[in-house]
Amino acid sequence: MFAKTFRGGVHPKGGKSLSRDAAIKEYLPEGELVFLMNQHIGAPAAPCVAVGDRVLVGQKLAEPGGFVSAAIISSVSGTVKAVAPHECQNGDFAMSVTVENDGLYEPCEGYGRERDYREMKPEEIIAAVKDAGIVGMGGAGFPTHVKLSVKPGTVIDHVICNGAECEPYITCDYRLMLERPEKAVLGMKILLSLFPGAKGVFGIENNKPLGIKAVVSACAGEADISVVPLKKKYPQGGERMLISAVTGRKINSKMLPADAGCVVVNFATLIAVADAVAFGKPLTKRVVTVTGDAVNTPSNIEVPIGTNVQELVKFAGGFKEDPRKIVFGGPMMGAAVYQLDLPVNKTTSCVLAYIHDEADIEPQDCIRCGKCLNTCPERLMPIKLKNAADVGDYETFEKLHGLECIGCGCCTYVCPAKRRLSQSITMAKNHVIAEKKKAAVKK
Amino acid sequence: MRTLNVSISPHTRTHESTTSIMLDVIIALMPALGVGVYVFGWRALFVAAVCTATCVFTEWLYEKLMKLPITIGDLSAVVTGLILAINLYSTTPWWVAVIGSVFAILVVKMLFGGIGQNFMNPALAARCFLVLSFSRIMTQYPVIDGVSSATPLMLAGTGEKVNILDLIIGTHSGTIGETSVIAILIGALYLFIRKVISPRAPLTVIGSTVAFVALFTLIKGDPLSWNYLAAHALGGGLLVGAVFMASDYATTPVTFWGQIIFGITVGLITALIRCFSSASEGLSFAIIISNLLTPIIEKLTYPRPFGVRKEKKAK
Repeated sequence: MFAKTFRGGVHPKGGKSLSRDAAIKEYLPEGELVFLMNQHIGAPAAPCVAVGDRVLVGQKLAEPGGFVSAAIISSVSGTVKAVAPHECQNGDFAMSVTVENDGLYEPCEGYGRERDYREMKPEEIIAAVKDAGIVGMGGAGFPTHVKLSVKPGTVIDHVICNGAECEPYITCDYRLMLERPEKAVLGMKILLSLFPGAKGVFGIENNKPLGIKAVVSACAGEADISVVPLKKKYPQGGERMLISAVTGRKINSKMLPADAGCVVVNFATLIAVADAVAFGKPLTKRVVTVTGDAVNTPSNIEVPIGTNVQELVKFAGGFKEDPRKIVFGGPMMGAAVYQLDLPVNKTTSCVLAYIHDEADIEPQDCIRCGKCLNTCPERLMPIKLKNAADVGDYETFEKLHGLECIGCGCCTYVCPAKRRLSQSITMAKNHVIAEKKKAAVKK
Repeated sequence: MRTLNVSISPHTRTHESTTSIMLDVIIALMPALGVGVYVFGWRALFVAAVCTATCVFTEWLYEKLMKLPITIGDLSAVVTGLILAINLYSTTPWWVAVIGSVFAILVVKMLFGGIGQNFMNPALAARCFLVLSFSRIMTQYPVIDGVSSATPLMLAGTGEKVNILDLIIGTHSGTIGETSVIAILIGALYLFIRKVISPRAPLTVIGSTVAFVALFTLIKGDPLSWNYLAAHALGGGLLVGAVFMASDYATTPVTFWGQIIFGITVGLITALIRCFSSASEGLSFAIIISNLLTPIIEKLTYPRPFGVRKEKKAK
């Protein structure tokens, strides 16, 4: 069978072998846990606890702050110590709830109550997903219940599980494929029950043959669930690339996956859905890959959300050498941080510590080799976009479809002159979107 | 703990650099240059050395005087020097080679902003400049094996049969690097495998040149033979031009269809010059004229982005 893929893309150096064979270990933190209110895309959550309250595992700390928003669930039992702004990974401050961990992990009422999803109505399932605070765990953090609440009249014929994990280094989804494939298949069955007639597809890159095998055997006997091997190529896990590889349909920035009849969920998210709906366990934990050449024992660790990253790194054996750069997420799209006193979020898939900063390199003049546009999965013209972006010519930028950029970073990765293409383009894109929002508010 | 670097993603980069690409081009030029030295003697190597050294020195001096960052480390000046050299005859006087190199780097490259900014291929522009300025010197092709033989295209032009085997091996008169088909193909293959250039432009240049030459010959009513067409495809520096100059990054379109249209334009102009002008070899002029069309071709061939529909019509 030929592995499916898309046009363009790059093959960044692997790095997955560091932590690929490390089985998931569980870690229970000792110190305080910080729950940020902006762990997802959309409106920040609104805290619903006060300082001094005793909270239990599975209890809601914050309600969704709007339609596109998600609840925040406590992952430990203890006392609320503060409801105050806390620093988040981009250096900004966001509202947070700090819980002093009492180490008892006492569950709240109803936590762990098993349910049969076949007896639940679709609204109940979506409500369960919403109450569990589930968001896309691949990195973007789009609230899952919003994805599932499609407009009436929209026909969904594909539920695609994103198992591409195309970023180098990250292996948390791969370990879940090996260790908990049946749960993911259960999650898929739950989602399929929302969309009658839809096919369930696991899209997995072919650099994970064992993962493909595990999922194939887990979904044996399920007529409407299949596994599609994808070619190993970055950004295969980009939503638009994945939909195109699996269904051949192409969507642009103005469309949602639902416009192509698809719902796309990440592998870990699918397991979270199964946990929330069938086992009554809301999203309180996630698997984080701690890796990089600066880490002593690269590992995949399941931790309660809110755990301090410093503790996490210590659990992974600490650093063997002082890192020069630490990235939350993968090397292609992750965010660099300047300190580690930060909590694990729902979207923290990886903590990557480099001894050397590969990106610390001076850009040179463009030699017009055209590699950026050959690799651009969106078939844009990064060189022209950067030129327009650098001089602030946003009109040309938009005319050249700059807003279609998905920020995958392929152009910057591949540029032999080491030019910071995607950086300029992302900045211009954010500027244009912000201006548009301003204009819309004025009207 | 050390201070941590913070930057926008991506945090990783490919190993490939401008220098490594230029080094690949230099390696790809070596077989052609080697055959040139074998056929024309050490004098050919001397010309190549003069061109390369002058190009690098000119770039260094210009940047030094203008207080610009020194960029000779990217090896692009070496490539320019070598490409100019393989387009010259081994009998070229050293001062002509020097003038050509200075013109290529100073006028065509540096005055327009350095690497990637030149609107014409520096080496070819310099060659055309030399042909126009020193036309007698620049058309004195060297003597091989003690026999003064005309270049293959001159023979073909007079209706004589051309020895194709000589063309393939390279034992005939011509510029230093253009004679051996095999050597050029080895270099081309290396560049394709290393993905430095795509075969699109070279193939369209060769294909369209042969097609247009055939067409124009028929229009003129001249006899058309396979030997004649093969001489046009393999001789007159068409291969070396198609591989090393019609694929130049800075002066050819970056878009997929742009490269094909560019190739056809080069082929058309080459065939026009070869068939209808007094000059027997027209590739250099064809390429630098097409270089001027590059921005327009590029603008007309922007790719349609992924998922963007032609008509604004929702499904």
